Amino acid sequence: MEKSAKLVLAAFGAAGVAVLLSGRSRDRGTDGRRPRWQVVTVNRPVEEVAPAGRPPEPLAALGDAVRTRVRPAPGGRGTELAARPGDGTRGRARLARTMGRHPEQTVATALREAKQLLEVGEVTTVEGQPAGRRTATGTLLRSAAHRSRGRLPR
Amino acid sequence: MRALCWTGVNELTVERVPDPRILNRHDIIVEVTLSSTCGSDLHLLGGYIPAMSAGDIIGHEFLGTVVETGPDVRRHRVGDRVVVCSIIGCGRCWYCEQGLWSLCDNSNTTPGVPDLVYGSNPAGIFGYSHAMGGYAGSHAEYVRVPFADQGAFSVPEGLSDEAAVFASDAVPTGWMGADLAGVRPGDVVAVWGCGGVGQMAARAAMLLGAERVIAIDRLPERLEMTRRHIGAETIDYSTQDVLGELIERTGGRGPDVCIEAVGMEAHGEGVQYHYDRAKQQVRLASDRISALREAIHACRKGGTVSVLGVFGGLADKFPIGAVMNKGLTLRTGQQHGQRYIPDLLERMDRGEIRTAHLLTHLLPLDEGPRGYAMFKDKTDGCVRAVLRPGG
Repeated sequence: MEKSAKLVLAAFGAAGVAVLLSGRSRDRGTDGRRPRWQVVTVNRPVEEVAPAGRPPEPLAALGDAVRTRVRPAPGGRGTELAARPGDGTRGRARLARTMGRHPEQTVATALREAKQLLEVGEVTTVEGQPAGRRTATGTLLRSAAHRSRGRLPR
Repeated sequence: MRALCWTGVNELTVERVPDPRILNRHDIIVEVTLSSTCGSDLHLLGGYIPAMSAGDIIGHEFLGTVVETGPDVRRHRVGDRVVVCSIIGCGRCWYCEQGLWSLCDNSNTTPGVPDLVYGSNPAGIFGYSHAMGGYAGSHAEYVRVPFADQGAFSVPEGLSDEAAVFASDAVPTGWMGADLAGVRPGDVVAVWGCGGVGQMAARAAMLLGAERVIAIDRLPERLEMTRRHIGAETIDYSTQDVLGELIERTGGRGPDVCIEAVGMEAHGEGVQYHYDRAKQQVRLASDRISALREAIHACRKGGTVSVLGVFGGLADKFPIGAVMNKGLTLRTGQQHGQRYIPDLLERMDRGEIRTAHLLTHLLPLDEGPRGYAMFKDKTDGCVRAVLRPGG
């Protein structure tokens, strides 16, 4: 996520500032090296989320650029679906080619979209809805807000 | 179509904008008959919830007629008169299945914003900023309603538009405040705020069996309205000592349930109010919580404080010591309307819950800015200004 966008969000409250200033990267695992798994819980059974072990779309389309993992969620909450950029330079290079400069953001978006497709059959959107005259500041804020889907990589 | 747009802090303009269209398969398009101002809009207007963008159409409490349905809509047809829950819920995620509709996982299209500030994301809300999904609101001739099978409800024939519109938000929000607090027969319930939501919370508490309901405000017309239409006792905090009155009226115990229906721009008396206001103006705190503090202070040991007023960020001098040492329970949340509205419409139809009196000013859409000014400044006895886009 871009700096300007973070600043706009931070204006929302000091809680945001505190999170941003904590300085610890949340993208890394506890060993500090590999990218951390990003996870969503999908309110569907494992066999529906990953039939025959195949990850759901749009994660499947990313191929070996991402690693995925599923397991049943406790308490009958469905399935924990996890993904992270693939190991090694090949995975990351492919991810960069298919997904631009922010692979973790792309993984987060793909996870959220997979959850939505499985739970409601489509990705909810507000693109194409009416609005009055827009301004430059507002456009910056909106693009920041709508670009960040899923739990944000920081 | 014409729509009432937020164009800057305390600035609203009626603009000509494109008509909404079906964007998701579960959408319907509703021709708006009535769309109400709500106290929570004032926080957007005043810039206290900063994720607003010039051109955003506001409004979230509305009723209208279905004019188009998406291919996956099953429960509604063109021509249906529907009231729509202000909170958008998918009905399929774990939260919706638990009845926690305002915590829906799938309806907020901008989850990254609240995730950053709150650690997770609540549901989308019509016309309620780019932290809550960035959905176009209902102060317009037409509005797109996502997940219509879950959030739109047919209105009983005998119920007027003017009464039914409040089944969108004020009635279920008030009901939830009493329901989550577990109001039981014999309880004494105090309600801070005699706006639409506070009055509905007071009525809900009575219907759930409360023995006494005491509502608190400072505006004579709202206090009178609450006594006459709701049947609750009142306290005028501008002339009476709230804590003293409550202690005296509850045999020294304090109310079993305290419902806060005021929110982040609480008005109050004395030093505390000016201190909160000063901190909010320089952005050292985002929320003023004087009513909430008083509710916590007043509540009996082991009682429940139910927070219905909208808060956005951080508050100062939150009395956690009173909460902890008195063993209080806090219940809160945006409303889970989908779980309550069908039952509430029936109760309204039977005359158990009366709402039409809340509508004090019916205005055409073009007079939206004036309606909000009256509503905000509480002039001319305004409780709710309701817009009628059809003129």
